[in-house]
Amino acid sequence: MSAASMEANEQYNYDIIKKFAVMAVFWAVIGMFVGVYIASELAWPFLNFDSPYISFGRFRPVHTGGVIFGFGGSALFATSYYVVQRTCQTKLFAPGLATFTFWGWQAIIVLAALSYVTGYSQGREYAEMEWPIDLLILFVWVAYMIVYIGTLMLRKQPHIYVANWFYLSFILATALLHTFNNIAVPVDLFTLKSYSLFSGAQDAMTQWWYGHNAVGFFLTAAFLGMMYYFVPKHAGRPVYSYRLSIVHFWALSFMYMWVGTHHLHWTALPDWASTLGATFSIMLLLPSWGGMINGIMTLSGAWDKLRTDPIMRFMIVALSFYGMSTFEGPLMSLKDVNALSHYTDWTVGHVHSGALGWVAMISFGSLYHMIPRLWNTPMYSVKLINAHFWLATIGVLLYITAMWISGISQGLMWRAFDDFGNLQYSFVESVAAMHPFYAMRAIGGMFYLTGMCLMAYNVYMTIRQAAQATETAGAPAAATA
Amino acid sequence: MFKNFKHEKVETNAGVLLVFTMLAISAGGLVEIAPLFFIKDTTEQVDGVRPYTPLESRGRDIYIREGCYTCHSQMIRPFRDEQLRYGHYSLAAESKYDHPFQWGSKRTGPDLARVGGKYSNEWHVQHLIKPTSVVPESVMPNYPWLMTPLDTADVADRLRALRITGVPYSANDAEYQRNVKQFGEAVAKTLHIPDAQKMLVAQAQEGNFDGDRASVSEMDALVAYLQVLGTMVDFSKVKPEDLVKYR
Repeated sequence: MSAASMEANEQYNYDIIKKFAVMAVFWAVIGMFVGVYIASELAWPFLNFDSPYISFGRFRPVHTGGVIFGFGGSALFATSYYVVQRTCQTKLFAPGLATFTFWGWQAIIVLAALSYVTGYSQGREYAEMEWPIDLLILFVWVAYMIVYIGTLMLRKQPHIYVANWFYLSFILATALLHTFNNIAVPVDLFTLKSYSLFSGAQDAMTQWWYGHNAVGFFLTAAFLGMMYYFVPKHAGRPVYSYRLSIVHFWALSFMYMWVGTHHLHWTALPDWASTLGATFSIMLLLPSWGGMINGIMTLSGAWDKLRTDPIMRFMIVALSFYGMSTFEGPLMSLKDVNALSHYTDWTVGHVHSGALGWVAMISFGSLYHMIPRLWNTPMYSVKLINAHFWLATIGVLLYITAMWISGISQGLMWRAFDDFGNLQYSFVESVAAMHPFYAMRAIGGMFYLTGMCLMAYNVYMTIRQAAQATETAGAPAAATA
Repeated sequence: MFKNFKHEKVETNAGVLLVFTMLAISAGGLVEIAPLFFIKDTTEQVDGVRPYTPLESRGRDIYIREGCYTCHSQMIRPFRDEQLRYGHYSLAAESKYDHPFQWGSKRTGPDLARVGGKYSNEWHVQHLIKPTSVVPESVMPNYPWLMTPLDTADVADRLRALRITGVPYSANDAEYQRNVKQFGEAVAKTLHIPDAQKMLVAQAQEGNFDGDRASVSEMDALVAYLQVLGTMVDFSKVKPEDLVKYR
């Protein structure tokens, strides 16, 4: 094995992948820590400490940016560079540009976080970065596109493997969404402040077209790319149905772009637009579940691995959460359900069942699969992976259960009438009633964060172990064959 | 045409895959977004809706800076409970000058679309400095730093940028006359960019939002903004049947 991996090391550009993999783990710890912190601010507001820099409103985008773009983005760069090289059996095209994507992307995450805490924000969810950072994103993204498509063109295989289709659609869609959602007029060239070109209903539509497709492409299509490579590879089985993956890909790519308007039900957006969004949301259940079934059935004949292999468990639980949240999503896009769920914690719970359950878990599985191969040494501790798995699973369950209860209670309290037809509860009564669930959510987050810290430690020790192995060696016996 | 089509063609040609994927992901946005710039529902003029004054606009900047939208919506839905709790449902025209929109997606705190005029200035100031002093169960952070002086130097630059996005602030006399016609003289004066800083200070002193006439604070601006929210349209003058078309 070691000889083969040595070869792989020279055959492929692993250096850039290693960097991104380490930063994915780093940003996960930071982003999730900030998440736990702001969750705690809602449960125990004194934690805001009267400081502008860490007050909830400024700190929240640090969390969302840190986990989505820092952790998720770095994990996607790492895995996509890994998958595209291995499935095309060629080195990365334009390695200089690839290095630029690394430093550029890390700079973006840091600058964005600094700008939020110092009070610069576009005021658009998940697109809070001000215009100079947006421009940097654009440059990095174009470089990424060139590297990725260039590598596809260099492939030594006639076929482009299905995982690459998903990564490609994610890259293209993100370019499209990012560009159109961030058109803004700066106050002047020497300030970060700008105003979006669009206003009101048009702006809302553009933002949620972006917002939901950040979920659809950044947080779904790309992670499906991960799934289509790492699940079969780790299970040692071929993808369950190739035909299903074709249908999955085209249906998902086409339909996702229509569904953003379900975030704007019952608002001043024209009714037809939100109805159209709901319709496509329901239809989207089919490709989503098609993909989930395709992933889970890939394991048929290798189910026993679930007993022994915590990495496989991460992947399968991730797919289960994918199935669950893509069922919950269409449900919440129904106008009658949305009337209750919108503006409540139910939405927050839904996002996190997707983000913690699906996106993060499939990333953990993929990173745990990839890291030993990158550093050519087994993971430092399988027991720690197992502990991470259980902490993460308990954490998600606590989190989403708390948010279901608080979300549905909020919705019901807001619309409750007494016998005389007056509102039964004042708003602040609903706030007070949420306290236990906010505490429970923060504790769920702490579980998840603890698991993440175990992973960071495990990865650190693995890399150290690899470094020691190369130091003491020359002797091939030291390699962990 | 499709008879001889094999998916293999897409799988073996990166260019074809790229073009087909672009087509697949472009359709939804085109159909849903493009019409909004042309149809009446979203572009119609409603009486009373006007651009923010320089002071209100600076207040809005602070609202965005502090991330208020992460906990407060500004979009009342057409339900009986929301009507009772917040007031008339929001019209598209009411946020037509909002760059960016701040409809929000979460109500950790209540909706603010019609908070204007509901509470006194003193209440707002006290609430923003320490929310639990007026609402003991509140989980909102304290914002004591809002009592610092407002930077008014670049207010004209800010309005100029908004003018480029299409908000009718006036940069010259012709535009000023147009505003007089559309909004009346009193409002038009507040929208004239060359006088922006002067108008800002005048409104802060006259309104005395933070209880201190001597200086203009960030609190003045934010409270001025909060107090105008949802007050521009006089719903007592609107007949229910007129509203159907704005739904």
